[in-house]
Amino acid sequence: MAKTITQEFTKGLWDEIPPFRLVLGLCPILAVTKSVENGLGMGVAVIFVLVFSNVLVSLLRKIIPSQVRIACFIIIIATFVIVVELLMQAFAYPLFLKLGIFIPLIVVNCIVLGRAEAFAYKNGIVASIADGFGIGIGNTISLVALGGLREVFGGGTFYGMSVFGPSFQPFTFMIEAPGAFVCLGLMLALMNLAGNK
Amino acid sequence: MGDYVLLAISCILVNNILLIQYLGNCPFLGTSKKMETAVGMGMAVVFVLVMAGAITWLIEVYILKAFGLEYLRTIAFILVIASLVQFVEMFLKKSIPALYKGLGIFLPLITTNCAVMGVCLININEEYTFMQTVVSSFSYATGFGLALVLFAGVRERILLARVPKPLQDTSIGLVTAGLLSLAFFAFKGMA
Repeated sequence: MAKTITQEFTKGLWDEIPPFRLVLGLCPILAVTKSVENGLGMGVAVIFVLVFSNVLVSLLRKIIPSQVRIACFIIIIATFVIVVELLMQAFAYPLFLKLGIFIPLIVVNCIVLGRAEAFAYKNGIVASIADGFGIGIGNTISLVALGGLREVFGGGTFYGMSVFGPSFQPFTFMIEAPGAFVCLGLMLALMNLAGNK
Repeated sequence: MGDYVLLAISCILVNNILLIQYLGNCPFLGTSKKMETAVGMGMAVVFVLVMAGAITWLIEVYILKAFGLEYLRTIAFILVIASLVQFVEMFLKKSIPALYKGLGIFLPLITTNCAVMGVCLININEEYTFMQTVVSSFSYATGFGLALVLFAGVRERILLARVPKPLQDTSIGLVTAGLLSLAFFAFKGMA
């Protein structure tokens, strides 16, 4: 193996950080980043699904015939999404209500399927776990960064705490749909600027 | 009848699936560089979404609810959508090869298009009747196609503009989508 485990882990944090480097999984990132809390919750849910589906795909990679691999991946991912859904209903019900249909929609999140196809199907179990954690944490960082930006300017709070004091006029554009697109576009431009040096 | 018209307008414009509900953004950015692929993708989504909406509603009511298996909803829906997409792909390959070539990789990607799955889940969550499900699926899909075609038109013009280097491609695409979303946002005042 050319790359060490650490490298597999850290590449998800900058080199291939979703959704900036891999333009995948945009929908949840736009929809759930109204606040830091939502972003964090979504990020953790995705890490869970990503790591476990990576493990299972990696374990079964010799058994799954390549013609039907996508169908198999989807079933594996859907199973873990249902697990997350039930766990959140039991232990984090308010967050479950806030994220709404975006929890079951993790199943069609391209990041998860993309990692199963591009990485876990070709690599061993330890590397797949590292990859799952790396990409998952990278995704969470992006979600929290975007959520933080939108919450601070759109609501004047960060993780529910007031930042600018009571005299601040919230810039509600950031919380609404158009702000999400513009904000992500500008962050992508900043990433490009930083990466091209 | 008036209710259905109202529902259709609300799904196409006020709650536009792409720009207000943020579902299906990957194909939105991927297939919107050319007008033809945008139109093709929009049509494929309309076809798949109406069928998927109707079938998932039947499955939810007559199988999952009847046997108390609601927790299997995610897995059941994704399987239905995946097989439908396969069917549409075979159909297009045989009857309209030109469109099949134009859509290329994006047709199998409808499986992982969250707009399709999302609308099926919205229909269930809102507890629509069968007719309402069909109308809402069709209208959401039309809204998707409308936004996609509008955006493709804008994007073809952007090609001619001089865009700063870091902003090129996806980045400027997202900012443009934001402005388009702002236009659709105004419909909220109608509701």
